[in-house]
Amino acid sequence: MSDLESLKSSLLDEIENASDEAAIEAVRVNALGKKGSISELLKTLGKMTPEERQTRGAAINALKNEIGDAIAAKKTVLKEAAINARLAAETVDVSLPVRQSPAEIGRIHPISQVTDEITAILADMGFSIAEGPDIETDYYNFTALNFPEGHPAREMHDTFFLPPDENGERKVLRTHTSPVQVRTMEAQKPPIRIAIPGKTYRQDSDATHSPMFHQVEGLVIDKMIHVGHLRWALEEFCKSFFEVDSVTMRFRPSYFPFTEPSFEVDIQCDRSGPIVKFGEGSDWMEILGCGMVNPNVLRYGGIDPDEYQGFAWGMGIDRLATLKYGMPDLRDYFNADVRWMNHYGFRPLDMPTLFGGLSF
Amino acid sequence: MKFTLSWLKDHLDTDATLDEICERLTAIGLEVEDVDDRAAYAPFVIAKIVSAVPHPEADRLKVLSVDQGDGKPLQVICGAPNARAGLVGAFAPANTYIPGLDITISVGKIRGQESHGMMCSEKELNISDNHDGIIDLPEDAPIGTSFAAYAGLNDPVIEINLTPNRPDCAGVYGIARDLAASGLGTLKTAAAPSFKEDGKTTPTVTLDFAEEDKYLCPGFALRLVKGVKNGASPVWMQKRLNAIGLRPINALVDMTNYLTFDQGRPLHVFDAAKVKGNLVVRRAKDGETVLALDEREYKLNPSNVVIADDNGVESIGGIMGGEHSGCDENTVDVLIESALWDLMNIAKSGRSHGIITDARYRFERGVDPEYMVPGLNRATELVLDMCGGTPAEISVTGYDGYTAKVIDFPVSEVKRLTGLDIPASESRTILERLGFDVEGSGDVLKVSVPSWRPDIEGKADLVEEVLRIHGVDKVVATPLPSMGAVNGKVLTTLQIRTRSAKRALAARGMMEAVTWSFIPAEQAALFGGGAPELKLENPIAADMSDMRPSLLPGLLTGAQRNADRGYGDVAIFEVSGTYEGDTPDQQRRVAGGVRRGTATLAGAGRMWSNGKTGGGQPVGVYDAKADALAVLEACGMPMANVQIENGGPEWFHPGRSGTIKMGPKIVLGYFGEFHPKVLDALDVSGALCGFEVFIDAMPEPKKKATRTKPVLALSQFQAVKRDYAFVVDKTVEAGAVLRAASSADRKLITNVNVFDIFEGASLGENKKSVAIEVMIQPMEKTLTDDDFEALTGRIVANVEKSTGGTLRG
Repeated sequence: MSDLESLKSSLLDEIENASDEAAIEAVRVNALGKKGSISELLKTLGKMTPEERQTRGAAINALKNEIGDAIAAKKTVLKEAAINARLAAETVDVSLPVRQSPAEIGRIHPISQVTDEITAILADMGFSIAEGPDIETDYYNFTALNFPEGHPAREMHDTFFLPPDENGERKVLRTHTSPVQVRTMEAQKPPIRIAIPGKTYRQDSDATHSPMFHQVEGLVIDKMIHVGHLRWALEEFCKSFFEVDSVTMRFRPSYFPFTEPSFEVDIQCDRSGPIVKFGEGSDWMEILGCGMVNPNVLRYGGIDPDEYQGFAWGMGIDRLATLKYGMPDLRDYFNADVRWMNHYGFRPLDMPTLFGGLSF
Repeated sequence: MKFTLSWLKDHLDTDATLDEICERLTAIGLEVEDVDDRAAYAPFVIAKIVSAVPHPEADRLKVLSVDQGDGKPLQVICGAPNARAGLVGAFAPANTYIPGLDITISVGKIRGQESHGMMCSEKELNISDNHDGIIDLPEDAPIGTSFAAYAGLNDPVIEINLTPNRPDCAGVYGIARDLAASGLGTLKTAAAPSFKEDGKTTPTVTLDFAEEDKYLCPGFALRLVKGVKNGASPVWMQKRLNAIGLRPINALVDMTNYLTFDQGRPLHVFDAAKVKGNLVVRRAKDGETVLALDEREYKLNPSNVVIADDNGVESIGGIMGGEHSGCDENTVDVLIESALWDLMNIAKSGRSHGIITDARYRFERGVDPEYMVPGLNRATELVLDMCGGTPAEISVTGYDGYTAKVIDFPVSEVKRLTGLDIPASESRTILERLGFDVEGSGDVLKVSVPSWRPDIEGKADLVEEVLRIHGVDKVVATPLPSMGAVNGKVLTTLQIRTRSAKRALAARGMMEAVTWSFIPAEQAALFGGGAPELKLENPIAADMSDMRPSLLPGLLTGAQRNADRGYGDVAIFEVSGTYEGDTPDQQRRVAGGVRRGTATLAGAGRMWSNGKTGGGQPVGVYDAKADALAVLEACGMPMANVQIENGGPEWFHPGRSGTIKMGPKIVLGYFGEFHPKVLDALDVSGALCGFEVFIDAMPEPKKKATRTKPVLALSQFQAVKRDYAFVVDKTVEAGAVLRAASSADRKLITNVNVFDIFEGASLGENKKSVAIEVMIQPMEKTLTDDDFEALTGRIVANVEKSTGGTLRG
């Protein structure tokens, strides 16, 4: 066996036996490094005759390439093994639980969510949102809405009163959102197209009545607005809100001091099951009161009823929420019970829009 | 307002079915609230007791054999004292529901004897309070036939939910008039009563009012009827009164109740023998009293109007008569009163004394003035029919007659307000059928309002009349006109911020609560509230009395309720109103939140982490601070303008709370842990922190000419972080160290953060180390070592100068 053969054999043995990346590197240095065995052989080429160099040189270079390839191959194998070993060592128990995102834990109250749904629909119909104070004067809550003083209609409202001031005037907790109608008329010239969501108060408490509740009021004032527009607005609103293709509504004459003519509106539904279904069935459910704005109210708001006319409607936000989402008892709305909020509430990123969907 | 079908048909000639009538009532605005078709009475049959023998086991019971007409007598056990052989009465077979007892009877054994039904008393059938014995019918009552048919209990009772604007329908006649106008039948008009009068009515009547008070009694009619016999009213009248829930008393009183419901005309009857001297209608004197027919004594005042005689007050006008001059079975001469009263005064007097009567109900809504006299004549006729007697001439005082309101009615108003093309002729016909007098034929009609419709004020009311009779459900949906542009201003800044605050807090793992606007007085006082002008006069419960000065009491007690149910780690918030006073600008818009237990942003409860037990740390002031700042950021508040001061209002822990301010004056909010005394007083416990941010205190964002954002200058040079630690007195705020470091070079230093706070003996007493990380962003060139040294020098000098600290070696 020539010296090259034996060197090759011993180097290949070393490569074979190298157990990690450091060992193979050591082999490389010993063979191919500056003073490596093959490098040393290459240095001898200079002293050789051209003939010797031709045969010997080619043999040494062949050895160099062969050993170099073997080391590289071994390196790849060892690197792979090292990575595999590391991966095995790093393996964890992925069944361990992780923290939920706070955005998945938090909840928006159904009243806020439904108010956003209502806003999304009415904004599309050209409405802006107006607000007003909870503590109202008798003037805005009653007088300017055409409830004459002492009129029995005032007693229908079960009003909460605050103590009389030095002039004997008693503020009230507003019994409806309608005072904002007049406040808006005073502040803004027609055309007016507003919706008024907010807290309202009446002295009443059972499963379907709460002393504090939420209403949304709509008001449209312009020169040519009539009951047909009112009907359209309500039908479109209910279709969108309840997310059904059609609704059947029934208008009944009624009485509210601030509208003339006045109506109560029933919506056709199926009440045979535990959940009310709209757009089908043969039952009627009263859902709101409405009418053409009483000329006296327009006058109180500084608008000429011979030039302008309009309609208004009011409905319970809590009731709309109940009808759509099925909470059984209104009193639970105000209990701050996290079990209830978790179940009936909405995730903070579930924002109702017409393009992204109203409900989730 | 209740009435029976047969009663309605006294006034309305119609073939319509009960269902059709009810449907039409609702369609024209007389909403049917309830219909009792009286099917419950169907099982009761007229039966005869064939034999009655004592019960072998019980002294007070009898064993009856009852024949219900089929020749197969049944054994029935009965305890009624009047049960006897030969009695004909009302029999309930087994399995019948007994309305007066609210039970369904079945075949059973009573003291060992089988009973196959029940002979009923009037009380058991819910037709009166009489429970002295079983019903005892005349012997010729048809055995085996329906008792309900025989006794008139098969007359359906209709109840309508009468709106307060329609006093004309507080009488069955008025309802019939409306139905007839809608085409459901023909109104029957009774012939005017005719009877022979004899002599003058005494006593005389004086309306004793100052000129400006005459409106209190616009008319008073009286008639004396002598020689009446006041027994029970006839069966037909009693049946109707019973059916609508009124107890028959005697013929004279029943007559007044009957006409109240039949015609919407309240009346009063005095026993003439008990009236002393003449009658005076006047304001009551202060402190005058009257024992009213409800057997309660009322102390009157000059805002009440009374009918008085020499004995004093005999009646509270239009509201309730007096006990003293009331009619009973001994009455021989009766005075029948039919008067008019002021609506507002009746409402006020009735309300102040808490008297609710059928008379008040009608007078405060408006009684037809033109029926005052006809009503008295009809009353007289009924009295003569039932009780006999001789009527005197009517005495009418103070009545000036009715002047009809005339409304100019452009017929085009119907189209203008309803969008419907109802022909002018139809509008006209409808109004005429409702009793309006319509004159003219052009575009504008002159419409006179009938005396029974005080609710009609103007043309809009006439449109409503036309529409409701034409059919409101015929209105055609018409799309709202387009506003001609994209709706660009839906929400105000405050509304947008309110919404953003809610979503931001929910995204921090908090749950939105809606708590009561009114809270207990003690809680209001603890949080700076309790002002007298914010206390409800009539709270629904004693602990819901004060308009809340803060959201925190509601949230803290809410969190405690959850803890009491076993949910101790809760994070809840509310964005709503609080009340500093009773004016609109004193209603604040506040975002408030409370965290309890371990409900931090990261999540509640313990949680493994990197092989160690983690989490489960109690919430504290910094959790609340982070929430509060998150609200401000979500609302678009420029955070550079925000300062934090130590301490908050007195309900917070003085050493673990802060006040968020903008400038020296504007308070944006508070945050912190709570004062232990306040928690004690609220009866809440556990680790708690909370905040309130005044959404309405944030200034409106500046209007910008463009939405374009400022040009972004991105540096090409690498940013570098440098750490420094300073030893300062314990009392030095870390914020001061941060501010001093930042101000060393406003251009180069882009951020400074505290990454460690350390206190230890090695630092010396009352000292702490504040370690900060400074982010340096070179803009023009890479910094040299000299540049860094110079910057470090400025940072150290600034911090040492403003905090008295030293760089930690």
